[in-house]
Amino acid sequence: MGRTPAHTGVIMTEITPVLTANIEPGRAPLDCAGYERAGGYAAVRKALGEMSPDQLLDLVKESNLRGRGGAGFPTGMKWGFVPQGDDSPNPKYLIANGDEMEPGTFKDRLLIHGDPHQIVEGMILSAYAVRAPVGYIFLRPEYERGADLLHHAIAEAEAAGYLGKNILGSGFDLELHPHVSAGRYICGEETALMNALEGRRPNPRSRPPYPAISGLFGKPTIVQNIETLSCVPHIVNNGAKWFRRLGLGDDAGTKLYCVSGKVKRPGIYELPIGVTLRELVFEHCGGMLDGLEFKAAIPGGAATMLMTPEELDTRLDFTSLDKAKNRLGTAGVIVIDDHTCIVGISLNLQSFFARESCGWCTPCRDGISWIVDILRDLEEGRGEPGDAELLMREMKMIGPNAFCALAMGAEGPMVSALEKFPEEFETHISGGGCPYERPPALPPQSN
Amino acid sequence: MLTPEERAELDEMRSHYPTVRAASVSVLKWLQKHRGHLSDESMRDAADYLGLPVAELDGLATFYNLLFRQPVGERVICLCDSISCWMCGSDRIREHIENRLRLRMGGTSADGRFTLVPVVCLGNCDRAPSMIVGDELYDDLTPEKVDEILGLSDGTNAGAHGGDHD
Repeated sequence: MGRTPAHTGVIMTEITPVLTANIEPGRAPLDCAGYERAGGYAAVRKALGEMSPDQLLDLVKESNLRGRGGAGFPTGMKWGFVPQGDDSPNPKYLIANGDEMEPGTFKDRLLIHGDPHQIVEGMILSAYAVRAPVGYIFLRPEYERGADLLHHAIAEAEAAGYLGKNILGSGFDLELHPHVSAGRYICGEETALMNALEGRRPNPRSRPPYPAISGLFGKPTIVQNIETLSCVPHIVNNGAKWFRRLGLGDDAGTKLYCVSGKVKRPGIYELPIGVTLRELVFEHCGGMLDGLEFKAAIPGGAATMLMTPEELDTRLDFTSLDKAKNRLGTAGVIVIDDHTCIVGISLNLQSFFARESCGWCTPCRDGISWIVDILRDLEEGRGEPGDAELLMREMKMIGPNAFCALAMGAEGPMVSALEKFPEEFETHISGGGCPYERPPALPPQSN
Repeated sequence: MLTPEERAELDEMRSHYPTVRAASVSVLKWLQKHRGHLSDESMRDAADYLGLPVAELDGLATFYNLLFRQPVGERVICLCDSISCWMCGSDRIREHIENRLRLRMGGTSADGRFTLVPVVCLGNCDRAPSMIVGDELYDDLTPEKVDEILGLSDGTNAGAHGGDHD
């Protein structure tokens, strides 16, 4: 009954898969030789043999690759912030962020367990571009088998000469070390992650200075999501123009969309970035479960805003969702049906943020807990007129006054729920509690 | 007190980190794995080994979700309660486990076999609800499946010798 996490179903549609080309559910990942036969490490040979670090950095800039961890920051631009030259601080560090804990997100699990050599190759290229001789792979503890797979891939890559001293005669050295954390959402925030790696209590650090200037152990550090790093070999192999053309809208590449919730076929879909929410839910995922209507979706993990049926034709990419005052986040798309309570959704999300608050600053630590209390009162029939307004006012005060972005993450889904589904909050107040089935039922058994 | 054997294993682990402090979490995890939980004695051993104040290490031990400063059962059940699992009925699974093991979330069964704790999204949302028991991931949970996983399919309740609550 237990199963290896690599068995997560991948459903390929329409395009030739890029990031998931080597991944077959139920099969162990390719070893080094198999990965090479599939075209693996060609990008390392090409980049280290023919390109300077600056040329590689320019290529990634030109590709319009944006960070897949949630923020969508242009990757090449971030690399360009790392100070270089003889008098610049050394060593520089590269960190792969595999602390995937954003609710509704399960793409890095697939990449870690399905194609670890792709991550190693992406790290070699990225480290070369920023001239980092040391890289860490930060993993959540529940992905411990992923750490074993990565240790193995690193050892194989070392034996094949892709890691270690003077890689392929290029003069570039690189060592990689996986680190398995002990579980806390805030460690995915890059400055908290660096404190965690240093063995300090993982409260976030103030920015500036940004990690590219002063990061791990005070040295220039680049932190990239696993999916972002996995894109880099393909950009080197196929070019910036090819990568840009993969996108349907203004963004570049393919995207691993993780779909969960009340659709017929939840799973991971590698699609051109920029599919609409409607295509994703009603074509790729086969629509809603029988008897259920689409009520809302959260496009990119717990920290993004609810989308309504009127927004089904919005493209799921960074640019389109920014314009819609939303965020692509991690592209963990959570689909909500008409039998699910929006106040209940809000209570669940805010309870998550309250529990995972690191407790460092008062607005986040005490503020979000207060939001949870108000929402629980609403659910349990103790709501009072004015509670919706109170939630809105307090939430908007918490986010901007908190130390890091966690509370801003909590604000998005709360404020969008209040703005887009005000009638649900009203019903809870006037009707004396939650009108929906509580707690939510288990899904119907398909087998 | 650490035995020479324990010390040798920790030395190996420490060699992978650029500073002693950076090895802290791995040292605490190792002690927990071998001793069940992080007792006061284990915390003192870790502090002694790493040359850091106990209070600083306690700052770590109390921070991470999967470091346990209290004794836990032989098998720790980490039930996901994040949004996708919640929407797909994880509270029903929680209620079932609480009833069958006669404990509350965060508690340990009277026979010391199980501890139930909540866990943040396990990254397995397409097969909600999900949980981890020990090191193993289980998903598409139903009450029947949970009984089978926990070895309770014969209809008896674990900890039936008297739970610590009604």
